[in-house]
Amino acid sequence: MKIVVCIKQVPDTTEVKINPETNTLVREGVESIINPFDMYAIEEGLRIKERLNGEVVALCMGPPQAEAALKEALSLGCDGAVLLTDRSFAGADTLATAYTLSRGIKSIKDVDLIICGKQAIDGDTAQVGPGIAEMLDLPCITYVGKVEEIDDKHIKAYRMMEGGYNVIEASVPCLITVVKEINEPRLPSLRGKMNAMKAQITKWSAADIACEVDRIGQMGSPTWVRKIFAPPKREKGMIFKGEPPDTVGGLLSALKDKGVL
Amino acid sequence: MGIIIDQNKCSGCGLCVKSCPFDVIQIKSRKDENKLHPRYKNIAVILEGCTLCGACVEACPVDAITVTREKKEPAATIKDYKGIWVFAEQQDSVVQEVALELLGKARDLAGKLSAEVTAVLLGDKVAKEADRLIHHGADRVILVEDPVLKDFLDEPYADVLCHLVGEYKPEIILMGATTIGRAFASRVAARIHTGLTADCTDLDIDPQSKILLQTRPAFGGNIMATIHTEHHRPQMSTVRHKVFKPLEEDKSRKGDVVKVAYPGKIVSRSRIIDIIKDKTQQVNLTDADIIVSGGRGLGKPENFELIREFAEVLGAAVGASRAAVDANWISYSHQVGQTGRTVAPKIYFAIGISGAIQHQVGMRSSDVIIAVNKDPHAPIFDIANYGIVGDLFQVVPELIKQLKK
Amino acid sequence: MINYGFTEQQIMIRDLARQIAQEKVVPVRAELDEKGEFPREIVKLLADSDLFRVFIPEEYGGLGGGALDLCIVTEELSKACAGVAVSYAASALGTLPLALFGSDEQKKKYMPDIASGKKLAAFGLTEPNAGSDAGGIETTARKDGSEYVLNGNKIFITNGGEAEIYTVIAMTNRGKGARGASAFIVDKGTKGFDFGKEENKMGIRASATRELIFDECRIPADNLIGREGMGFIVAMRTFDNSRPGIGAQAVGIAQGALDEAVRYATQRVQFGQPVSSFQAIRHMIADMATKIEAARTLVYYAARLVDSGAKNMSKFSAMAKLFSSDMAMEVTTNAVQIFGGYGYMREYPAEKYMRDAKITQIYEGTNQVQRDVIGLEVIKESKRNSR
Repeated sequence: MKIVVCIKQVPDTTEVKINPETNTLVREGVESIINPFDMYAIEEGLRIKERLNGEVVALCMGPPQAEAALKEALSLGCDGAVLLTDRSFAGADTLATAYTLSRGIKSIKDVDLIICGKQAIDGDTAQVGPGIAEMLDLPCITYVGKVEEIDDKHIKAYRMMEGGYNVIEASVPCLITVVKEINEPRLPSLRGKMNAMKAQITKWSAADIACEVDRIGQMGSPTWVRKIFAPPKREKGMIFKGEPPDTVGGLLSALKDKGVL
Repeated sequence: MGIIIDQNKCSGCGLCVKSCPFDVIQIKSRKDENKLHPRYKNIAVILEGCTLCGACVEACPVDAITVTREKKEPAATIKDYKGIWVFAEQQDSVVQEVALELLGKARDLAGKLSAEVTAVLLGDKVAKEADRLIHHGADRVILVEDPVLKDFLDEPYADVLCHLVGEYKPEIILMGATTIGRAFASRVAARIHTGLTADCTDLDIDPQSKILLQTRPAFGGNIMATIHTEHHRPQMSTVRHKVFKPLEEDKSRKGDVVKVAYPGKIVSRSRIIDIIKDKTQQVNLTDADIIVSGGRGLGKPENFELIREFAEVLGAAVGASRAAVDANWISYSHQVGQTGRTVAPKIYFAIGISGAIQHQVGMRSSDVIIAVNKDPHAPIFDIANYGIVGDLFQVVPELIKQLKK
Repeated sequence: MINYGFTEQQIMIRDLARQIAQEKVVPVRAELDEKGEFPREIVKLLADSDLFRVFIPEEYGGLGGGALDLCIVTEELSKACAGVAVSYAASALGTLPLALFGSDEQKKKYMPDIASGKKLAAFGLTEPNAGSDAGGIETTARKDGSEYVLNGNKIFITNGGEAEIYTVIAMTNRGKGARGASAFIVDKGTKGFDFGKEENKMGIRASATRELIFDECRIPADNLIGREGMGFIVAMRTFDNSRPGIGAQAVGIAQGALDEAVRYATQRVQFGQPVSSFQAIRHMIADMATKIEAARTLVYYAARLVDSGAKNMSKFSAMAKLFSSDMAMEVTTNAVQIFGGYGYMREYPAEKYMRDAKITQIYEGTNQVQRDVIGLEVIKESKRNSR
């Protein structure tokens, strides 16, 4: 089974802060990491490969620095790594990103299963996975919490809904996006890290994967960020300290006064 | 690339470098860059990897940075697209609350556009729900019924909606940012090749251009972005639960129900074998008006009973921090935060949750946050509207007692 | 970050050990400590990450590192939990007699499984009447045809019961005293080899400490390490190699305690300001950090001497162990002090570091014995030089 895992390198958004004076993002010293949901995607790819044999290729679109994310994927046990990198990819929204990744997957050829993280933590859109499925004309199961069965003909998986699960069967090849519940990602091994250090990462430009020029990057992106601003600040809260009957009484009467309860 | 630094204005101050979420701006010597200036020695340079997000434009104190788009002539067909559509998501043949919320907002937007509001209802034997949609603000309901459409599957749903879009040409399509809405909208947008903005928390119409302005949090809620789709139609958004209010049900409202037959057979390469309801939750997290979440402070799984009891008194849903889920005290479906669900109820109780940033990301847009923690320095108190410093095992029973009174 | 002259591979080892320690060990350490539970799952993680390979030669499935690599891992694990660290390091200790004196056949047979982490090793020297005085060993090994027959008890054996491979010192000729001792390999499951009670310890509670009981236990003569009568030399050389590792444990424990104390001191507010802004606390922190760094330097230096193959490094190994362990006791005690009343409570991590630190002054030769070793060596050198 040939599996492609799509990963994204993202700034660790939990470290990003807003400068209260200038109202701008403070990015200084913020590390780049593999999008956390993509770690579950990598792990699921590796587990399926270990069951069924085959190979796992990690695919990433990004600037040359994103090579670090692919090296990490290799150190975890991915067999190959492809970086789609080209200045003309810049400014891509989810549609252009899905298109570019789908071209990359076409060029990898004969892919049976594509696994993406549920969403990236910098954008939180959850749109790229289903977008890729559409562009490759594949069935898609999003928010998968468990892959119960998979072979080269079909897959049976649990899609996490707001109030439970849908158990879905789909034909293979197909695309799934995964949530945290699906597994616990492994740690890298020293030998894996050493191999990754030596490994060559395949780099493809827009021309290498035969992209239509007006479908990538900013040109291929229908959406446009018009304005960025800081979210409204929270007021300083009312904190009660003391013995529970008093603190609870204080809280409840404050809530009543403000019409919250 | 569409980002330009005006070399006559840039003072090399470096504020843009700090603001760049992707770390792709550097301050370089003007001499090396061959861009000399009588006063400034340094200049900002954009490196590879820029996504044109615009954060630096806001940061620049001298307005030296501009992000421009290639000007495309709006396609002549754009003005053919009219009306606002709301996808009437149904589960078990019952229209979901978020669809009614969207109808309310759609009416507001329709006023600004002098347009009609249409609800699109797909399912099997769901016609009975059409009136409810009209009573909540739809002028028209487009109804497609087929056994294959009984429960959501992305391919057949996308086939049908894309066909309808081709026939009726709506200007705007709104869906709930639900599991279904996110998958469905993505697929449709990719097929008809238009812009889609995820998880919006505000919608408006630009008074001049009449374009839909879609506002959403990004970078884990650290910033808000307003996004639009200028040259493609329909303009599509998925919208977060609970941010808009449904209109009062008005049973006197009238509207048309248009039954549409899909030309040809609806097919799917996937099928639903089983639907499993989460029995641990009376109210689901995303729909709840009140959420009571427990964290590491509970100490052990049995103590979640206290949270459940408190939630029951309030008619609230039960949430949990990642620490509690990772310790296997409660299932993942309850996790609120970066790698769990994002929620925004009217009231959010954080009980024994220190409030790591990963948790805050998932709940900080709640209307009112109430924290109970024994550590007065817990970061949760930084974002809480109300807080009690104390032992949760004394405070929560007391809350239950006083609330029952 | 300061890299202490580490190679690229050593930096990789450090980063991975740190990741495991912080992500996987820290969340469970309090529970492991409370229950006194052997960390099997963590040991499996260490194995899967190849960390047991770092001290094994490449030809036997290792990564070819030495004492310094071992110290790097041990220090990182000790920062999180010394009980986990010692379970790891004890496998290296049990392997050392084999690595230093074993035959190629013995290495081929045992080392690959230790490298993969499939099997743990343990070293058995201490007895009820032979602790610091290794010459007082009472366990015997009697030659009987192509076999040795072992009788006697070993106590306080780290990884006892959990390890599959034991290197054990026993007397083959009691009349010769220390020169009558020999070293053997004993597999778990050998008839006549059993385990006694599990000790309930003050610190390093996650590690397993048990008695080894030999009752007419027959092992193949091939399991003799080196030659008969070399047992004492095997033990001493083993300790020369392993003592920097104890130093690394102590450095890790102290660093972990300091990190927690500093974090606490910057958050804890008294008289309207964080306690870290008071000079009394700040100077404590400065002294703690300086002493840790001094100990770390000595540990790395001793480990590098070991890896260079230098002879007569006993003194340096002993110094690294002595200085670091005394330092760790002092630093962890002060960490508790910085935490104040909270530091005394089980709910906070400070007191565990203090309990864990104590053992480093005791095992692999008490600090009194280390002083003897060092003092003797210094006096000998002086005599040599004055000749």
